[in-house]
Amino acid sequence: MKLDAKIPGGPLQQKWSDYLNDIKLVSPANKRKFEIIVVGTGLAGASVAATLAELGYRVLAFCYQDSSRRAHSISAQGGINAAKNYPNDGDSVWRLFYDTIKGGDFRSREANVYRLAEVSNSIIDQCVAQGVPFAREYGGGLANRSFGGALVSRTFYARGQTGQQLLLGAYAALMRQVAAGQVELHPRCEMLDLVVADGRARGIVTRRLETGQIETWSAHAVLLASGGYGNAFYLSTNAKGCNATAAWRAYKRGAGFANPCFTQIHPTCIPRSGDYQSKLTLMSESLRNDGRVWVPARKGDRRDPGDIPEAERDYYLERMYPTFGNLVPRDVASRAAKRMCDDGHGVGPSGQGVYLDFAAAIERLGEQAVRERYGNLFEMYERITGEDPYRVPMRIYPAVHYTMGGLWVDYNLMSTIPGLFVLGEANFSDHGANRLGASALMQGLADGYFIAPFTLGHYLAGEKPPALDTSHPAFADARRQVEERIGRLLGIGGPHSVDHFHRRLGAILWDKCGMGRRGEGLEQAIGEIRGLREEFWKQVRVPGGAEGLNPELEKAGRVADFLELGELMCRDALERRESCGGHFREEYQTEEGEALRDDANFTHAAVWEYRGDDQEPARHAEPLNLEVVKPSQRSYK
Amino acid sequence: MKLTLHIWRQRDRGDRGRFVTYRLDDVSPHMSFLEMLDVLNEQLVGRGEEPVAFDHDCREGICGACGVVINGLPHGGFPGTTTCQLHMRHFQDGDEITVEPWRSKAFPVIKDLVVDRSALDRIAQAGGFISVRTGSAPEANSVPGPKEAADLAMDAAECIGCGACVAACPNGAAMLFTAAKISHLGLLPQGQPERERRARNMVSAMQREGFGACTNYRECEAACPKRISINFIARMNRDFLKASLLHGRERGGKRQAR
Amino acid sequence: MQAALSFYGTAVGKKMVVAVTGLFLFLFLLIHMLGNLQLFAGPEALNHYAAFLHSKPVLVWGFRVLVAGAFALHILATLQLFLQNLGARPVPYRVKRTVEIDYSSRTMIWSGPLVLLFLLYHLLHLTVGSVHPDFSAGDVYRNVVTAFSLWPVAAVYIGANLLLGFHLKHGLWSWFQTLGLAHPRYNRWRNCFAWLLALLLATGNIAMPVAVLAGWVD
Ligand SMILES: Cc1cc2nc3c(=O)[nH]c(=O)nc-3n(C[C@H](O)[C@H](O)[C@H](O)COP(=O)(O)OP(=O)(O)OC[C@H]3O[C@@H](n4cnc5c(N)ncnc54)[C@H](O)[C@@H]3O)c2cc1C
Ligand code: HEM
Ligand code: FES
Repeated sequence: MKLDAKIPGGPLQQKWSDYLNDIKLVSPANKRKFEIIVVGTGLAGASVAATLAELGYRVLAFCYQDSSRRAHSISAQGGINAAKNYPNDGDSVWRLFYDTIKGGDFRSREANVYRLAEVSNSIIDQCVAQGVPFAREYGGGLANRSFGGALVSRTFYARGQTGQQLLLGAYAALMRQVAAGQVELHPRCEMLDLVVADGRARGIVTRRLETGQIETWSAHAVLLASGGYGNAFYLSTNAKGCNATAAWRAYKRGAGFANPCFTQIHPTCIPRSGDYQSKLTLMSESLRNDGRVWVPARKGDRRDPGDIPEAERDYYLERMYPTFGNLVPRDVASRAAKRMCDDGHGVGPSGQGVYLDFAAAIERLGEQAVRERYGNLFEMYERITGEDPYRVPMRIYPAVHYTMGGLWVDYNLMSTIPGLFVLGEANFSDHGANRLGASALMQGLADGYFIAPFTLGHYLAGEKPPALDTSHPAFADARRQVEERIGRLLGIGGPHSVDHFHRRLGAILWDKCGMGRRGEGLEQAIGEIRGLREEFWKQVRVPGGAEGLNPELEKAGRVADFLELGELMCRDALERRESCGGHFREEYQTEEGEALRDDANFTHAAVWEYRGDDQEPARHAEPLNLEVVKPSQRSYK
Repeated sequence: MKLTLHIWRQRDRGDRGRFVTYRLDDVSPHMSFLEMLDVLNEQLVGRGEEPVAFDHDCREGICGACGVVINGLPHGGFPGTTTCQLHMRHFQDGDEITVEPWRSKAFPVIKDLVVDRSALDRIAQAGGFISVRTGSAPEANSVPGPKEAADLAMDAAECIGCGACVAACPNGAAMLFTAAKISHLGLLPQGQPERERRARNMVSAMQREGFGACTNYRECEAACPKRISINFIARMNRDFLKASLLHGRERGGKRQAR
Repeated sequence: MQAALSFYGTAVGKKMVVAVTGLFLFLFLLIHMLGNLQLFAGPEALNHYAAFLHSKPVLVWGFRVLVAGAFALHILATLQLFLQNLGARPVPYRVKRTVEIDYSSRTMIWSGPLVLLFLLYHLLHLTVGSVHPDFSAGDVYRNVVTAFSLWPVAAVYIGANLLLGFHLKHGLWSWFQTLGLAHPRYNRWRNCFAWLLALLLATGNIAMPVAVLAGWVD
């Protein structure tokens, strides 16, 4: 596998503008002749589909939801970063770039991240013009808030629903193109395979979820914007349908998969309440500004929180990190909570939780002020748990939230398969080993509005992929494989439901490839996942048939892929013998228990190449030649 | 707790459909309504029966995918709550719960509790956008927007497109959905150029899709999980009236033959 | 024409026609009632008023045509909307529950036609006189008093006006909403206004039969 990142030469600040000056352009008359497939209608997919259609390309867009507006991006809460420096607090493109690289623990590509920071401002302009109702100040200008990992206030937001509003903006742009006949939209239509013909990505195989019809589609290029794979863990903050199938099929067709072990675990989620739990709900990070985190100092203390006197409480974050206290970054806070629970201090029915207490804040600020700041979050918490956080401390626990890993792409966002571009959370490009808050929305829209439309044109103008339709044998072949797999899943008729296997996979990954990882644990996990996979293919039961709406069949296909991806995540975690960002190998920590990077050996992206089901995948490395930033140790003591 | 569920089962669009009664013995009050259905489904799979199909995705009240009529009220009728956010502690041991799909001519049932809501997307296609080319936008702060208008626009923009307003309306009207979008865009300075066009086109699209007509019952507002106000319907009517009265009047800025 | 048709082609457009004609009918009824309330001023006043109206046939017939037109449009549009709504939910819910609907909004489609029936009766009764047992053209006062002395007739008038009151309680509130007259600051007045005017019209009209029955006028 050849990994050429194709980073343009010249100084960092000039790369993108020079690139734009140099690229080949497609003539307007020719754009009409190019068909482009976009899988996914989240921020990345909707924005790129709308933009390409506006440019004159013919676009086919797919999503599994009943409406493209429901893509998982809709649930992002906090906000989106940009280097506008409206608050005049010293922000700049450079600072946004530097914070993002550092937040990623120096495991991302400088050129990509710099470009991201550069286009961030245009995103805000674009969204405002589309009618995204960002929060404003009385003077009529846009308001900003602060977010973790930065000393400036650069996050734009629309109440607690920023992702929703940004997505509805992109959705509106997409609807406009659908009405204009430039985009053919296929909702409730799931991509089940990628078609590679003559060495290029030339189409996809889909299943219409309502009827079960299998179809093939050809195009001059395929763009995947299918989101992240956090649902491999079963319980996560992702939407139930989020899946890795599109990306995983691409991997199995030859696309490199980068850094699969880089997953982000968010410290403030509502703990699970029982075995039936189907997903976890995020509570905004901002709560840690005023809430104090504690556990009972005595192990197994089962008293009501109100009955535990101050002296018998352990405000462990304040104790361990006196400088940052409750405001340490996500990965640090998550690990600390896990450690407390593993040591037997956990609270709540499952013992998997810590208190986030607002009593002090209520005393200091008054209940009214707390209500004004966090009212909607408290209400959400109460709705889910039935407990009143104004009276009883909240219980929180970390949960899987985001995946930094994904399909490897070069500077053009093209994978190792020519003609296959990957955008948004599905690629690995910008966040290194840890993502800063409010930067995923920025990345999805940067990729979709401002980067891929140019890099795709450059590819099409340069390579001039010939016309090709679905009569090419590669299509029939891929289609047959899809049909066979569905037939196999339906034919097993074992005793256990799909969720049964998914939950078990999740438990393995959470225990052994979650917040803390160890060599032996990962080796065990690989064995366990293999065993589970075999068991799945013998014992799963998928009721219903191939025709018609069959949610169990949809889940079965996705879980089958997670069962393969899960193994690769563990393998990647095993091979990365260092700790960085969200990847914490317990063997590699400082004396104070913090992540210990190994810059000499691991300043690279690990890229995995599929070599067949009966062969181990190959690990390649793309060195990250950090030219401008100097890696430093993160310390929050 | 123990529950008796009467659930609408329908194989596909063509099937006539019927209610089937199920009993669940071990429902925890901490479960969400959808988790309760998950448990039921898991039992059905175990017995080799087909599970009950229902739409869902985010399970935190924002994607708008979920939605069933619970004992006669969309999303169960608890203020500001979607079906996925509804927890079983609101029910009592021994309760009988009837679960039906959204009922509307414009939302044909696809299977069980799943309906086809693409009509709402087509209303959006008729004008629920601001025509701006990527890259052509002016600097974001160059057009100041009054905070009050931005906040009000956001109140409307919070619509999650679940369709509960249609399901709740005794006339099956989609006024609240359409009004929310028209108002969101019509309240912002950026939305002015297309404001009247948008109102006319989206109102007409609603008609084409076979939705009913508003008789100001206010059921939509009560059912909306985002508590969107019917004031936006008045606003839409105003925009529509203005657009209809003035439409075309200003055409022909050139001297015409008399 | 094209524009008018496409306006009327939408549910919102039809509803606006209902609203405008409804308001016109209401205003007509208000004037009508104010005129009739001269019953309380004695036979002279009322009969004089009637004679005055008869001396202005253009005015009276002009009004009659307008009112009939408004009725026609009001009824046509509501009927079309009613049919559209019937078709919008082909499969009903098994469990029917509502939260906000009240008696008056639910019964619009019945209170309207019943009022219409009453109106026809009323025309034949006190305008044409063909169903009046003892009609004497010109002596409006006597016609009214003899009519209302029969309690079943008075009951019909009272009942019909109660219905009309119900119709207007929702209708007048609805009127603001339909024509887009809403503002959070003033919205609660819309309901007060509707209540007040509906009450005014209903009590004004009902006062007449009640007064006759009670023997306050004779
Ligand atoms: C609770 C939560 C809060 C968050 N808050 C923030 C925040 O405040 N700020 C921030 O920057 N980021 C936040 N994030 C992260 C951010 O929301 C996501 O990373 C981002 O929205 C991903 O966008 P996307 O376009 O790449 O993919 P998605 O929005 O996940 O879209 C994926 C699309 O692909 C489609 N798809 C997937 N598989 C298939 C298939 N096989 N066939 C057909 N279609 C398919 C789906 O239908 C969907 O349309 C948050 C995430 C979560 C979970
Ligand atoms: C006697 C005089 C009448 C008056 C003053 C009157 C007044 C009104 C008003 C003000 C409205 C509200 C319009 C709106 O929704 O904005 C209305 C609605 C309506 N009227 Fe009448 N009306 C009268 C007679 C009738 C008759 C005779 C019928 C039936 C044939 C009728 C049927 C309706 C219906 C069905 C509605 C719609 C209700 C709704 O959409 O909620 N009305 N009327
Ligand atoms: S599942 Fe998304 S709103 Fe309920």
